Amino acid sequence: MSGFPILSLMLAIPAVAAIACLFAGDKMARLIALGATLVTFVLGCVMWAQFDIGGPQWQFTERADLFGRFSWALGIDGMALMLIMLSVFLMPLCILASWDAIKSRVGLYMAMFLVMETIMIGVFCAQDLLLFYIFFEAGLIPMYFIIGIWGGANRKYAAYKFFLYTLLGSVLMLIAMIAMIAEAGTTDIPTLLNYDFPIEMQTWLWLAFFASLAVKMPMWPVHTWLPDAHVQAPTAGSMILAGVLLKLGAYGFIRFMMPMFPDASAQLMWIVFGLSMVAVVYTSLVALVQSDMKKLIAYSSVAHMAIVTAGLFAFNQQGIEGALIIMLSHGVVSAALFFCVGVIYDRLHTREIDRYGGLAVNMPAYAIFFMLFTMASIGLPGTSGFVGEFLSLAGIYEASSWVAFVCTTGIILGAAYMLYLYRRVVFGELTKDDVKAMPDLNPREWAVLAPLAAVALWMGVYPESFLAPMRGDVTTVVARLAPAKPAGDARLAAGKPQPAKAQGDTAHGSSHAGGVQ
Amino acid sequence: MTADLALIWPELILTIGGLITLMLGTFLGDRQVGIYQLSALLTLAAAAAAVVALFGVNATVFSGTLSVDGFGGFAKLLIYAASFICILIAPRFFTGGMRAEYPTLILFAALGMGIMASSRDLMTLYVGLELNSLAAYVLASFMRTDERSTEAGLKYFVLGALASGMLLYGISLLYGFTGTTDFSGIAARMGGEMNIGLIFGIVFVLAGLGFKISAVPFHMWTPDVYEGAPTPVTTFFASAPKVAAMALMTRVVIDAMGPAVGAWQQIIIFLALASIILGAVGAIGQKNIKRLLAYSSINNVGFMLIGLAAGTQAGVEGVLTYLLVYVVTTIGAFLVVLQLRDADGNYIESIPALAGLSQRRPGLAAAMAVFLFSLAGIPPLFGFWPKYLVFEAAVNANLLPLAIAGIVASVIGAFYYIAIIKTMYFDDKSDTEIPVGGGAIVEDAVITASALWLSVIGYLFIPMLAVVSASAAAVLF
Repeated sequence: MSGFPILSLMLAIPAVAAIACLFAGDKMARLIALGATLVTFVLGCVMWAQFDIGGPQWQFTERADLFGRFSWALGIDGMALMLIMLSVFLMPLCILASWDAIKSRVGLYMAMFLVMETIMIGVFCAQDLLLFYIFFEAGLIPMYFIIGIWGGANRKYAAYKFFLYTLLGSVLMLIAMIAMIAEAGTTDIPTLLNYDFPIEMQTWLWLAFFASLAVKMPMWPVHTWLPDAHVQAPTAGSMILAGVLLKLGAYGFIRFMMPMFPDASAQLMWIVFGLSMVAVVYTSLVALVQSDMKKLIAYSSVAHMAIVTAGLFAFNQQGIEGALIIMLSHGVVSAALFFCVGVIYDRLHTREIDRYGGLAVNMPAYAIFFMLFTMASIGLPGTSGFVGEFLSLAGIYEASSWVAFVCTTGIILGAAYMLYLYRRVVFGELTKDDVKAMPDLNPREWAVLAPLAAVALWMGVYPESFLAPMRGDVTTVVARLAPAKPAGDARLAAGKPQPAKAQGDTAHGSSHAGGVQ
Repeated sequence: MTADLALIWPELILTIGGLITLMLGTFLGDRQVGIYQLSALLTLAAAAAAVVALFGVNATVFSGTLSVDGFGGFAKLLIYAASFICILIAPRFFTGGMRAEYPTLILFAALGMGIMASSRDLMTLYVGLELNSLAAYVLASFMRTDERSTEAGLKYFVLGALASGMLLYGISLLYGFTGTTDFSGIAARMGGEMNIGLIFGIVFVLAGLGFKISAVPFHMWTPDVYEGAPTPVTTFFASAPKVAAMALMTRVVIDAMGPAVGAWQQIIIFLALASIILGAVGAIGQKNIKRLLAYSSINNVGFMLIGLAAGTQAGVEGVLTYLLVYVVTTIGAFLVVLQLRDADGNYIESIPALAGLSQRRPGLAAAMAVFLFSLAGIPPLFGFWPKYLVFEAAVNANLLPLAIAGIVASVIGAFYYIAIIKTMYFDDKSDTEIPVGGGAIVEDAVITASALWLSVIGYLFIPMLAVVSASAAAVLF
C-alpha cells in the first residue's frame, strides 16, 4: 500500500468526474458526482484504516518534481487526515443536499463541487508551500461561481465580496511565502516546519500570514464577508463553506504560523486572544438578534471559530486538541444546521425565522434532528460540541483565565441564541397554513441527516477515534512551541512528590491509605 | 560582412518574403487571399525556423549594432508566432475587405520588431522601432472607410510621432554625453560619474519606450487605438509589439544603463506602479471589451516592469516568462472577442451584451473565464506563475515595498476581470443573440489550445520554460 499514490488518486477522481459532469446531462451529472464523491469517501476510509497511528509523522507521501521550481509533494499527518476525512465525508452529502434544489445548469454545478473537493483535499495534503498556495487560492474560483450562479437574490454582491475579500488577504501571504522560500531555500513544508526564521523576520511573516488566514477563518473584524456569502449561497454551498472552507484558516494557523513562527506567535498571541474574545461575545450577541436563520448560523460559526483560535494559541495539548475537535465538530454540525435550514427553505422558500413555528407538530423527525444539532452546537455533553469546547477551554484556562472566562460566556450566549432559534422555528403553535402543509423529511433528507447525526454523536461519545491520529502531531507542535511559550496566569504548580514514608515506622497509620499496599 | 549575413537569416527571410507578398498582392490582386496569405505565413514559419537554427549562437553583427543571441531569439519566436496567428485570423474578419497590404504590413512590422529585440545600438533601436511603428500606424487605419479605424490610426500616429521625438531627443542626449551609440559603450560611461545630461537622456529614452509598451503615464493612446482598430489588428497590437518593446526596454535598461541602477530603477518602479494602479482603476468603468482589454494590457505591463525593476537575471527571466504567458492569454481573449457576433454578423464589443454568454456558448464563456482569471493571476491558472516570478524577483532584490504595493493593487485588477465573468455567468441572458460562429476551426483550435495550456497544464511546462528563459536572460548578464 505504501507505494500506491492514494492521495493523487483522491485528487484525480473528482477532477476527472468534474470534466465528465460538464458534458453530461442533468440526471447523469448528479449520478456521476455522487458516484465520484462516494468513491473518494471510500478511498478516504481506506486511508484512515491504513493510517499508522504512532508511525512516522508524514504518511502516504508522494513526490514528483514536475514543476521545476516546486514539486508535486503530497503527504498527510493526523490533522490533515482528519480534515480530509471531513471533506470527503461532507461532499457526497452536499451532492445529495442539492439533488432536487438545483435545477439549472446542473452539470456546471456538480463540476464546481467536484473541483472544490479536489481543491480541499489538495490544500490539506500539499507538502509544498507553493502547491499549498495554489490549492488555497484556487478555492476562490469554484466558490465564486457557486455563490454567484446558484445563490439568492443578492448573490452577485456576495460573490464579489467573498472573492475580493479573501483574495486581498491571501496576496500578502504570497509575499511572505516568497520571502520564506528565499530565506530557507526550500519549498518543502516538513523542512520549513523545523526551520528557525530570524525573530524579527518572523514578526512580519506572521502578520502577513495572519492577514490572510484571519480573513479565511474568519476572525472579527474581517468576518463580514461570511454572513453575506452564507446567506446568498445555495444550501450545499453553505454546507461546504462552513464545513470545510472555514477550517482552512485554522489549519493554516496550526500548520504554518504556529510551528514556523513560534516566537512571533508567542509575542503576538495577544492579538489573537483579543480578537477572539471580542468575536465570541460580539458575534454571539449579533446572532441573538438575527431574523434570518442562515445569518444566525453564520454568526455562530464566527463565534465557534474564535474559540478555535483561542484554543490553538493556548499553546498546550488540551487547547490545541480541543480546537481541532471543535473544527471537526463544527464542520459536521454547522453543515447539518445549514442543511436543516435548507430543508425548510426548499419547502417555503424563505429563511425568515418568523415565517415558521410549530414544526414539531407536522415534522417530528425533522424536529428531532434539528434538536440534536442544536444541542451539538451548544455543546451539550454527549455531543461532539462538548468535547471540543471543554478541552479547548481547559487549555485556554491554563494560558489565561480571563480569556477562558470571556470565551465561556460565548457558550452561554450560544445556548441562548440556538435555543431561541429552535423555539421560534420548531415549537409554538402551528398556525400558519403554508407551514402546516409542509411534509416531513423525505428519504433523501434522511440520508443526509442520519450520517451527520451519527458522526456528531460518535464524536461526542468516543472522541478518541478522532483524537488518536492527531495526538502525536499536536505533541510535535506543542514541543516546537515550548521554548517560546509564555507563562500562563494559571500558576500551575505540580504537587511536590514526597518520598513515601518507610513502611515500618508507621505500621499503624498505614491503614489510612486503604488498599494502596 | 558576408559572415554577418549568415547570422541574420530571420531578418533576410522576412524582408524577401515581405517583398514577395507585396508583389503577389500587387500582381494577383486583393482577391487571391489564399495565395498571399500562404506566402506570408510561410515566410513567418521560415523565419521562425531560422531563429531556431541560430539557437545557441551568441554574436554581434554589423560592427556590433545588432546582436544575435538567445534573448533576441526568444522574443523573435514569440513575435513571429503572434504575427502568424494575427495573419491567420484576418480574412474571416475583413471578409470582402481583405487586402494584401495586411499580411505585408505585418511582415514588415515583424521585421522591425525583430530588429528592436536584437538591437544593441541606439541607431538600430530607432530603425527597428520606426519600421514597426510605421507599419502599425497603417494597420490601425486599415479599414479606410471606418471612422473609428481612421481615427485610431491618426491618433496612434500623432502620439507615436511625439514619442519617437522624445526617444530621439533622449538618444541624442545619450550620444552627446557618452560619445557613442553603442550599448556597451554607453554602459561603460554610465559606470562613471553621472551628470544631469545623462539623466535627462535616460528619462527621455525611457519615456519614449514607455510609450511603446503603453506604460502609465504614456498610455493615453492605448484604449482609443485598441477600440478603434480592427480586432485582428488590435490582437496584433496587444501581443507582438508588446513583446518587442518590452524586450527592447529590458535590453536598454540592463545592457546600456545597467551600471546606473539608481537612475533608471526609480523610473521603472514609478512606471510599474502607475501602470498597475491606473490600468486597474481605469478598466473598472469600461463598457467596451476591447477598451477593457487595453487597460488590462496596461495593467499587465506594470507587472512585467516589476520584474524589470528588480534588475536581476531572475527578474528578466520573469519578464520573459510573463511575456509568453501574456501573449498566449491576450491572443486567446481577443480571439474570443472575434467570435462574438450577433445573428446579422455584426461584431459585439459591448460588455453588457455578453450577459448570459455561458448559456449560449458555454465553451466560449469557459475559455474567456480561463483567460480572465489567468490575466488576474488567480491560481491554479497559469497566469499566476509569471506574476509569482516577477514578485519573487522583486522581493529577492530587496524591493519589498514595491512587491507589496503591486500585489495589493493586483486585487483591484481582479475586480474588473471577475466583473466580466459575472456578466457572462451570473446575469440573465441579454437580448443580443450570439449564434455559434461557423467555419472558424482555426480560431476554435487556437482558443481551445491556449485555454487548456493556461489551465493547470501550463505548470508542467515550467521546467522547460525555466531553462529557456534562463538561457535567454543570461545573455544580458
